[in-house]
Amino acid sequence: MNVSADVSLRRSASSMAVCPVLSVQPTRALVDEKFQIVVRNLHPKQEVTVHSLHHSEDKDYWEAFGHYISDENGTVTVMEDASRGGTYTGTEPMGLLWSLRPIPGSRHGLRMRKKNVLSPMVVNISVYKGHMNQGFSEEAALATVVTERWYLAPGVQRVDIREQGVKGTLFIPPGPGLFPAVLDMWGGGGGLVEYRAALLASHGFVALALQYLTPNKERTLDIETGYFEMAYHILQSLPQVSSDRVAVLGLSFGASVTLTLAAYSKTAKPRCCVCISGSHVHPVNKTLFEFFQLMNQSLAKSRIDENNHVIWRDVILPIPTEPDLKVDVGKIKCPLLVVIAQDDQSWATVESTEDMEQIMERSGNRHLLTVLSYPDAGHLIEPPYTPHIRFSNFINQHNREKVIMLWGGQTKPHADAQEDAWEKILLFLQKHLYQDIPPEAKL
Amino acid sequence: MAGKEPCPLIVVRPSRCIVDEKFLVLVQNLPPGLAVTVHALIHSEDDDFWEAFGHYISDDRGCVNVAKDASIGGSYDGVEPMGLLWSMKPIPGSRPGLRLRKKEVHTPLVVNISVYQGHMNERFKDTRALACAVAERWYMAPGVQRVGITTNGLKGTLFLPPGAGPFPGLLDLWGGGGGLVEYRSALLASHGYVSLALDYMTPKTSGNGTQHVGNDYFEAAFRLLQEHPQVCGDRIAMLGLSFGTSVALGMAVYSPVIKPKCLVSVSGSHVMPVNGSLSDVFAEIKKNAHNTRHDEENRIIWRDLLLPIPDDPSKKVDVGRIQCPVLLLVGEDDQNWPASESAEDMRQMMEKAGNSHLLTIASYPGTGHLIEPPYSPHIRASNFMVAQARTKVIVLWGGQTVPHSKAQEDAWQKTLVFLEDHLYGTKHRCPRPQN
Repeated sequence: MNVSADVSLRRSASSMAVCPVLSVQPTRALVDEKFQIVVRNLHPKQEVTVHSLHHSEDKDYWEAFGHYISDENGTVTVMEDASRGGTYTGTEPMGLLWSLRPIPGSRHGLRMRKKNVLSPMVVNISVYKGHMNQGFSEEAALATVVTERWYLAPGVQRVDIREQGVKGTLFIPPGPGLFPAVLDMWGGGGGLVEYRAALLASHGFVALALQYLTPNKERTLDIETGYFEMAYHILQSLPQVSSDRVAVLGLSFGASVTLTLAAYSKTAKPRCCVCISGSHVHPVNKTLFEFFQLMNQSLAKSRIDENNHVIWRDVILPIPTEPDLKVDVGKIKCPLLVVIAQDDQSWATVESTEDMEQIMERSGNRHLLTVLSYPDAGHLIEPPYTPHIRFSNFINQHNREKVIMLWGGQTKPHADAQEDAWEKILLFLQKHLYQDIPPEAKL
Repeated sequence: MAGKEPCPLIVVRPSRCIVDEKFLVLVQNLPPGLAVTVHALIHSEDDDFWEAFGHYISDDRGCVNVAKDASIGGSYDGVEPMGLLWSMKPIPGSRPGLRLRKKEVHTPLVVNISVYQGHMNERFKDTRALACAVAERWYMAPGVQRVGITTNGLKGTLFLPPGAGPFPGLLDLWGGGGGLVEYRSALLASHGYVSLALDYMTPKTSGNGTQHVGNDYFEAAFRLLQEHPQVCGDRIAMLGLSFGTSVALGMAVYSPVIKPKCLVSVSGSHVMPVNGSLSDVFAEIKKNAHNTRHDEENRIIWRDLLLPIPDDPSKKVDVGRIQCPVLLLVGEDDQNWPASESAEDMRQMMEKAGNSHLLTIASYPGTGHLIEPPYSPHIRASNFMVAQARTKVIVLWGGQTVPHSKAQEDAWQKTLVFLEDHLYGTKHRCPRPQN
């Protein structure tokens, strides 16, 4: 599919109608910034489809589209007008991003994740005649523009970290510092995932994306609390970092690590923590390898849905009562933001959070906890406008099995959750690591 | 800010934008009531440094919002959201006569924005900033294609918007400084026009050994646009600055081939030998070379070379015969070209001929000759290479920074609306989205 100018030979000049005027502003933005798409110079009351197309790094195509009717001036303003059909409906300024899905005929179980943060995500926005639902690649668009979505702001440096056995990528904002910092951890999917840390650095935090799970089985044996404490120490000791303003942020399994550090570590004393789609149910004082062995036993409790998607949410249920099977969150001494999704099919985060609240009530540190709980959202609460996927291919790090994991969530509420959660996460980090910021600085 | 306290934060939004878009600059996490200087720096392709700065006092929440707060000193004052760009000047100690012009349009202008403690006016290089941010300003939107043109003896660069089109076209002509200047065409393509930046002053572009190109050169350029598969052949405009206007007006009236749908003249004049070639035009101007004046700093004032506006009809383009809408953008302090007098004379000619309904004049007080895209730093004078003589002089362009900068913004807005109205046929003036 040639997404650049499709130049079929046309008869020249005279009575050719000129194309509509399509604009997207800003043309280049950070991934968490909104854009405004306006189509002008259409006929009045004309039916059109506004379509977005992204060619991913994995070479798949993702698309989204909305059905609009131009006003009496021949204008469609995506921020203000309602889509009447397509991959999203209603007035949705960013629907063309968050409702992106693989085009028909794509491979199964895809997930969109940017590996190279030094280049932008490129999205083609087009407008087509009529209300279309398919066949976009065969049809000539009335107009097309291109927009770039960046995880990295200009001036942010990317530095590989291979130090003291710790593997990660550091992102440093421009300027002399000192900056607060965030240790950023993803979940059981493993690998080195940089984009969220890049985005945090674009908001003024030195961010370390940490790899702690690899396909390399031998490496996993070594990973235990000391690894994470070393990563924290490396981050804290950077000359650009304000050593008493370091936060830890984790998603899924990374959240369990976060809670472990916050509750038990004698050396890592984060100023605040963020746990996304995570649980405190996690054996205390075990290495990662031992944890995975325990997990393998519990996996007998995983289920399969009617589509053969794996559901893990029961694996940690019922929430254990034995103290050595869950992090004692009563010991946490810093503000904690917990972000959970009520349709999380991968991990029993709702039940976990209830249990955490009870533990913290009993221990007298409940005032440190803020819970954001999103109805109909799924496990993968990503940066805003990331396309929602209800399931995707997943390689089980413990037994290298390839499955299709059910994450849960319905697209629109999940997209809303991502937008709201990110804004609140940034405010939380800014509040505890910088100072209170005025409302006008919000995204 | 000693010890382990974190630093202030500068937020620039958007951090990457097109050069004619506004940005928001916000400084946070300062102590309240602190005197600070917000500073912008560009390291040009010519290896010079340009800077601008404003003096602010943080509010009771420790913030400075450049879009809303008043600068009380520096290179601009008052509430000026874009002052950090348009008030830029070469840093102290720079070479004289500089002008900031981007040659490489594939890369952005990189602006370093810093905040310093106190109200500073100099020595920024030697002082440690409290915080920094980086903004990119692009002439080219993503998806715009750049194509070198060497066919038919032409020398130019074509910029195409993304998509299949068809698009209106535009022939983009700079002035007597010559060379191949691409940034305005890149910017116009980012607004949906297939734009051809044409080099017509460089002697070697002429094929038949004479010093200047003939009228057929411009006709070939126009035809190239007309015949381009992605261009709507009957929706092609001409945009000329300074000398480029003379070319555009002459072609629009006398060429059997060139029929622009509309014409924009920036700082231009209609005074030139009727249906003359470029060589004729220069010869005529040379006759008045004795009218060259100098200001108190020995900078050249060329505006009188075309004055007085002749009554002889053979010495000026008969604009009474123009058949397309014309927008004249004129700086009232233009020291290089008598644009104001020319515009007035054109208006009279068109009124007499009955086609003045086609004419729109935007005349800007305190504005000089170089009416560039918005936020381009204003310069009152700069180095200029006289093409034929190969001598370097310093030419006075005119204008005062504040009114000239406001004029650039307004003129560009008017240009875009004018082009859209006539080339896209947008009947209703829907406001362009503001960020």
